[in-house]
Amino acid sequence: MSAAETLTSAVKADAPPAILLERVNKWFGSLHVLRDVNLSVAQGERVVVCGPSGSGKSTLIRCINRLEEHQEGRISVDGIELSDDLKALDAIRREVGMVFQSFNLFPHLTILENCTLAPIWVRKMPKKEAEALAMEYLTRVRIPEQAGKYPGQLSGGQQQRVAIARALCMQPKIMLFDEPTSALDPEMIKEVLDTMVMLADTGMTMICVTHEMGFARQVADRVVFMDRGEIVEQGEPEAIFSNPQTDRLKLFLSQILRGH
Amino acid sequence: MSDVALNENMPNDALPRTAPKRLLGPAAWARENLFSNWWSTAITLALGYLLIRYAVSFVDWAFVNAIWTVPYNAAGQPDTSACRDNKGVGACWAIIADKHRFILFGTYPYDEHWRPLLVCALFVGLYIVSAMRRFWNWRLAVIWAVTLTVIGILMWGGVFGLSFVPQERWGGLPITLILATFGLAFAFPLAILVALGRRSQLPAIKALCVLYVELIRGVPLISLLFMASVMFPLFLPEGINIDKLLRAQIAIILFAGAYLAEVVRGGLQALPKGQYEAADALGLSYWKKTGLIILPQALRLVIPPLVNTFIGFFKDTSLVLIIGIFDLLTAGKTALIEPQWQGFGVEVYITLGLIYFMFCFAMSQYSAGLEAEFNRHRRR
Ligand SMILES: Nc1ncnc2c1ncn2[C@@H]1O[C@H](COP(=O)(O)OP(=O)(O)OP(=O)(O)O)[C@@H](O)[C@H]1O
Ligand SMILES: [Mg+2]
Repeated sequence: MSAAETLTSAVKADAPPAILLERVNKWFGSLHVLRDVNLSVAQGERVVVCGPSGSGKSTLIRCINRLEEHQEGRISVDGIELSDDLKALDAIRREVGMVFQSFNLFPHLTILENCTLAPIWVRKMPKKEAEALAMEYLTRVRIPEQAGKYPGQLSGGQQQRVAIARALCMQPKIMLFDEPTSALDPEMIKEVLDTMVMLADTGMTMICVTHEMGFARQVADRVVFMDRGEIVEQGEPEAIFSNPQTDRLKLFLSQILRGH
Repeated sequence: MSDVALNENMPNDALPRTAPKRLLGPAAWARENLFSNWWSTAITLALGYLLIRYAVSFVDWAFVNAIWTVPYNAAGQPDTSACRDNKGVGACWAIIADKHRFILFGTYPYDEHWRPLLVCALFVGLYIVSAMRRFWNWRLAVIWAVTLTVIGILMWGGVFGLSFVPQERWGGLPITLILATFGLAFAFPLAILVALGRRSQLPAIKALCVLYVELIRGVPLISLLFMASVMFPLFLPEGINIDKLLRAQIAIILFAGAYLAEVVRGGLQALPKGQYEAADALGLSYWKKTGLIILPQALRLVIPPLVNTFIGFFKDTSLVLIIGIFDLLTAGKTALIEPQWQGFGVEVYITLGLIYFMFCFAMSQYSAGLEAEFNRHRRR
C-alpha cells in the first residue's frame, strides 16, 4: 500500500461508514441464514467476504441493496437507513452498484445500451452524455470496440467486464461483487480481476465475495470470513490467511488451498 | 480443435473454415429420399398417383369445367340451371360473381358500398403501417386514433353529407375486421396487465387476475357471446341500450384477453430471475423494469404462441353469427339462402376460406419475420 493511500484512508476514517450492518438477522422460511451480523465498512474500504458454500455470503451482500429483505436489525448505506420507504431504497440503489456471478446483462440490448439504460432512465441523463460516459467506462474496462455487439456475442470475461462498466455508469459510491469470477474459465478470471484491481485503485468502496486469495491479498483492507450465517473472523488479509484463529477458518483455508 | 470450434463464445469470424455443404441435384435427391428401396418406391408411386389424380380433378372442377357467369332473366333474376346441370363436374363461380358484394358487405346499402370497401382498405393499410418498425413510436398511436375515427365516420355516416347507416345493417368483411382489430388491440394490453397482475406481490390484485383468467377460460366463447347479447341488457337500467356489436366486441376482448394473458405469463416465467435482479440493482422502478427489460424479452419469447392465439381469435370472430351479427362467414351463409343459389356452398366456402387464409397467412409470415429479426441477438 502506498503512502498516498494510507493518507486517504486516514482522512476518511472519521467520515460516517459507507455501510453499517447492526445485528442483522435473516431467515429463509425456517432456515436462519444470517445470524446477528455486525459489519461496518468505511468509505473507500475494500472488504473481501469468503466462506464455505451456503454460509450466507450472497445473502449478506444482497441485503445491502435489498435484493433480499432482512427481518431483524438495521442496515444503513451512506447514512440512509434501509426501510420500507421506497424513496430511501431508490436512493440507496443509486449509490450501490452490483456485479453478479452470472453477469445478468440484458441480452436484447447492445453493450452500449446496457450501459446507458440506467443513466438515461434513472439518472435522467441526456442520451448523448450517457453514451459518452458509457464509452469512457467501456474504455476503462478495455472493450470499447464491442459497444455495438450484443452480450451473447461476447466471451464470459468480456461480459463480466461489461457488467462492471454498466454498474459504474451509474457512478455509484459503493460496488458489490458476488463471486464475479466463479463462472469464468481460468484464462478469463485474470482480465476481470485486473479490472477490479484497477477499480480498487480509484478508491471505490467495495465488498467482494470471492475466493481469489491473490486478489484479496492484493487489494483487500479486510477479509471477512463467514460460516453458517455468522461472521466468524475478520482482519487484514495477511493475518487471516497466515494466522487463522478458529478451527472453522483453518478447515476452510485448507479446503481452498487443496482446491487450488 | 473441434472442441474449440464448438465453443459458443467464439466469434464467428474466428471459425477456421465453413462447414462443407452437401450439394445434391434433384435427381440424386429424389433417388436418395424417394426411391432408395423397393418399399419407399412403392409408397412414392402410390402417393404420387393419388396426388396427381386429385390435383387434376380439382383443376378440372375449379377451372376447366367451371361456369363463371350465368344469364339473367328480365326480372334481373339469375338463371342457374346451367350450373345445376354442371354440378359435380365443374364449379359455379357465378355465385361469387353474383353475390360477392353481399358476401363482403352484407346488408349495407348497395349504393354506399364504397364506404365499407374503403374501410377494409384502411384496415389493411393500418396493419401494414403497424407492421413497420419505423412507426413503432408515439406516431403509431396517432395513426390508429385517426384511422379508427375515419373508419367510424365511414361506417356510420350521418356527417359530411354521408347518409346514416345504423349498425344493424353493417355486415361482411368490415365486421370481421372491426371485431378482430379492436378485439386484439384492446385484449393485448389487457392481457399484459393481467399477466403482470398474476405475478404481483399484492394478494388482492393477484386474486383478481387469477379469478378473471379462470372464469373466462372456463366458459366457451359462445356462451360468453350469449351472455353479452341476451343477459347483459337485462342488468342495464331502462332506456340505456349498448350497441349489440359493442357488447359482442367486449365479450371478445375479455375472452381473448384471458388467453393472451396466459401466453404472456409463460414468457414472463421463462425469464431468468437474474434479469429482474439486475434491473432492480440498477435502481429501475417497477414500470421501467417491466417496460424496458422484462416485457421486451418476455414478448419476444412468446411470439409464436401469441400469433397462434391471434390467428385463432381472428377466425373465432365468426362465432358472432349465433347472436345475429353479420360477419363475413354469416354473410356468406346468408347468400346461400336464396333459392337460385342453394346448393352452391362449396364455392362460397372456398372463397371465404381464401379470404380468411390471406389474413392469417399474412399474420404468420409477418410473425416469422419478426421472430427472426428479434432473435438476432441470440445468434452468435
Ligand atoms: N431464495 C432462497 N430461498 C430459500 N433459501 C435460500 C434462498 N437463497 C439462498 N438460500 C439458502 O440460504 C443459504 C445461504 O445462501 P447464500 O446464497 O447466501 O450462500 P453463499 O454463501 O452465497 O453460498 P455460495 O458460495 O454457494 O454462493 C443457503 O443454505 C441457501 O440454500
Ligand atoms: Mg453465493
